[in-house]
Parts: sequence; C-alpha cells; structure tokens
Amino acid sequence: MHETDMTKALILTVKDWYESQPEKPTITKIYLIVGKFTCVEPVSLQFAFEVQTRNTFLAGVELVIRETPLIAFCHQCQQEYQPQMGLQYACPDCHSPMDDIRSGRELKIDRIEYSSLITKNN
Amino acid sequence: MHQTFEAALEINLLHANQEGAEHNREHFDQWGITCFNVMSSPGAGKTELLEKTLSALNSELKMAVIEGDMTTELDAERLRQYNVPVIAINTGRSCHLDSKMVAGGIHTFSHQYSPQDFDLIFVENVGNLVCPAEFEVGEHAKVALLSITEGEDKPLKYPIMFQEADCLLITKTDLAPYLDVDIDRIADNVRQMNPNVTIISVSAKTGEGLEAWFNWVQTQVKARLSRDEKQFTLP
Ligand SMILES: Nc1nc2c(ncn2[C@@H]2O[C@H](COP(=O)(O)OP(=O)(O)OP(=O)(O)O)[C@@H](O)[C@H]2O)c(=O)[nH]1
Ligand SMILES: [Mg+2]
Ligand SMILES: [Zn+2]
Repeated sequence: MHETDMTKALILTVKDWYESQPEKPTITKIYLIVGKFTCVEPVSLQFAFEVQTRNTFLAGVELVIRETPLIAFCHQCQQEYQPQMGLQYACPDCHSPMDDIRSGRELKIDRIEYSSLITKNN
Repeated sequence: MHQTFEAALEINLLHANQEGAEHNREHFDQWGITCFNVMSSPGAGKTELLEKTLSALNSELKMAVIEGDMTTELDAERLRQYNVPVIAINTGRSCHLDSKMVAGGIHTFSHQYSPQDFDLIFVENVGNLVCPAEFEVGEHAKVALLSITEGEDKPLKYPIMFQEADCLLITKTDLAPYLDVDIDRIADNVRQMNPNVTIISVSAKTGEGLEAWFNWVQTQVKARLSRDEKQFTLP
C-alpha cells in the first residue's frame, strides 16, 4: 500500500524537525491536509501511522487529518464548482473540461503540536 | 511547567520523492535522454506495447527499458529479445515505482552502458491504476494505457492517472467486436478531466494505431533534442 510509503515520508519529516529542536519536545498532535483528489485514503494512513510509530518517539501521537474537497474553476463560467468524483468532472453548467484544480490535490503536513518544559521566550 | 506550542511545517508528503525525481530528470537531460513513465492497471498491455515499439523503432532510436515488474523477471525477459538494455529493478512488494527505485536502475544502467549514446528510456511501472500516478520518477511524459476490456468508467473511478497523463493509449481495440464498449466514451471521459491529452487507440495484436503511437514517441524525442541543442548553442 502506498499509504505505508506516505507514512514513512511523514515520520522522516517529523523526525528531522524533532532532531532540529534543542529541547526535544513531546509531540502531541500532527496535523495533515489530505485532498480528496489524491490516492490517499485517510483511514489507511491512520492505520499505517499507528503501526509504524509503535515503540518510537511518535508512539501514541494523534494524527489529525483534514480532508479538502475537490474544487475546480471553470474559466468559461468564471466560477468554482465541485466535480462529482467518480461521475463527472466537467463543469456542470457549460461542460467545459476540468482544467484548473483549485483544491483537492493537497498532501501535506500542516503543523505539529507539542508541549515543552521550557517557555519560548527565555 | 508544560506549555503547548505549534510549529508550522507545511511540507509536502511527497517532497523527498519529488526531489529524487528531479535529480533523475537532471541525469536524463544531461545525457540527452527522453524518459517516459508507462502506467496502467495489471495486464492492460504495457509490455506488449513496449515489445512492438522496441521492434519498430530499433533502427531509428537508441532505447532502453527500466522494468518495474514486481516479483519476476518475466517482463524483462520478454523485452530482452529485442537487444536493448533492460534493467529490472526490484520493487519488492511495493505497488508502484518511486524515484529512489528508479535512481537505482539509472545507476546500474549508467555503469553498464554509455548513457549519452541513448535517446529514450521507457520505465514500465508496476501494474496498478491507483498509486503510480502520485509518484514521479523523473519522466518527461506520462503514458497511460487503458484496455477496452476494463470498461468506460475506469477513468471516472480512478481519475488521477488519467488526469496526469500526457498520452493515453486505448489498447486491445481488436477485441471491440466481442465487447459492448464505446471507445469514444472512454476518450470523452478522459478529456473531461484532461483536455490536453493525446489519445491514441491501438491494437498491439493487429498493429492498428501503432503508427500514430510511434509518431508521437518520435515527435517527443525530437522536440527534446532540438530544445537541448538550442540550449547548448545559446551564448
Ligand atoms: N487481444 C489483444 N491482447 C493483447 C493486446 N496487448 C496485450 N494483449 C494481451 O494482454 C495480456 C497482458 O499483456 P501485457 O503486455 O503482459 O500487459 P502488462 O500491462 O505489461 O501487464 P503487467 O506488467 O503484468 O501489469 C497478454 O496476454 C497480452 O498478449 C492487444 O492489443 N490485443
Ligand atoms: Mg508488463
Ligand atoms: Zn462552466
């Protein structure tokens, strides 16, 4: 499953960040943004994350996934629309093809929540 | 006292793969090689198409194949009959190729052959309609295959590969008389999400449409070469 690879990439990126932090903070949450128009299934990603982080510094960390809808822009009608995935991608009004995707292709680590003993401003 | 903080990362999950793909592409560009990433569901006819292509274009282009067959050397053996380098890369149980695996193949290739003598490399991806499209390997163009036996709705159901393809081959057209399939509808379904794709219907069995595919291949290779020459002659 490609979710395994995605999870590996996720863990490596977070590890890089963790190691760059002098005080080695306790990570509590990782926020991801996953577009609906990608090959990634959030449930599989959650599962892979749980399995792969067991007994690591990320064990028990909550993975918060926000899904973004597929939104395209029709230049003919000068308006956004939500294609019906699996059924139709062309503009419902003028039937122009989908050629400008505005949302739905995201696959990114948005932010990390962590707690630390030291306050930031000393 | 414990305090909660947030760090904004905004890093693409595929960042490392994309960097690897760009690195691979730089190698291809240095050598003047055009690279196609050939993708489809299992059995749509990738190896068969490559066999026909290697055999037809052998005298005009110097070609090689990076073969992503999952577990066996079967596809690689089929292609070796055409006297072109075929580098089989071990993908383990992975359902797609990534840029790191292909980098391994490029490494082997460049040690065993003189890469600057080559014009074109085909990467045959693992048969899978879902994942390969998300993982660039350093290709200059994506070629997707869809056989008419798979049904007209597949591009709608598994859109990413078709949305990203530069060339779509609708394969096994010789089987049309036995099926209830509307080839124009397959093409329309893909154009809905990818208006600029080149669509060619082919049968590797009868040879129908293959000439158009060969022309597309040659046009792509020539366009890259002339672009590179221009770059080299610029002051
Ligand atoms: N009738 C017909 N059969 C074809 C055609 N092209 C391929 N086939 C058959 O379809 C089957 C699969 O073809 P392959 O070339 O192995 O397909 P593939 O996409 O490389 O398969 P994987 O690498 O396993 O994903 C073989 O039995 C081929 O002979 C065609 O144009 N017409
Ligand atoms: Mg094959
Ligand atoms: Zn419109």
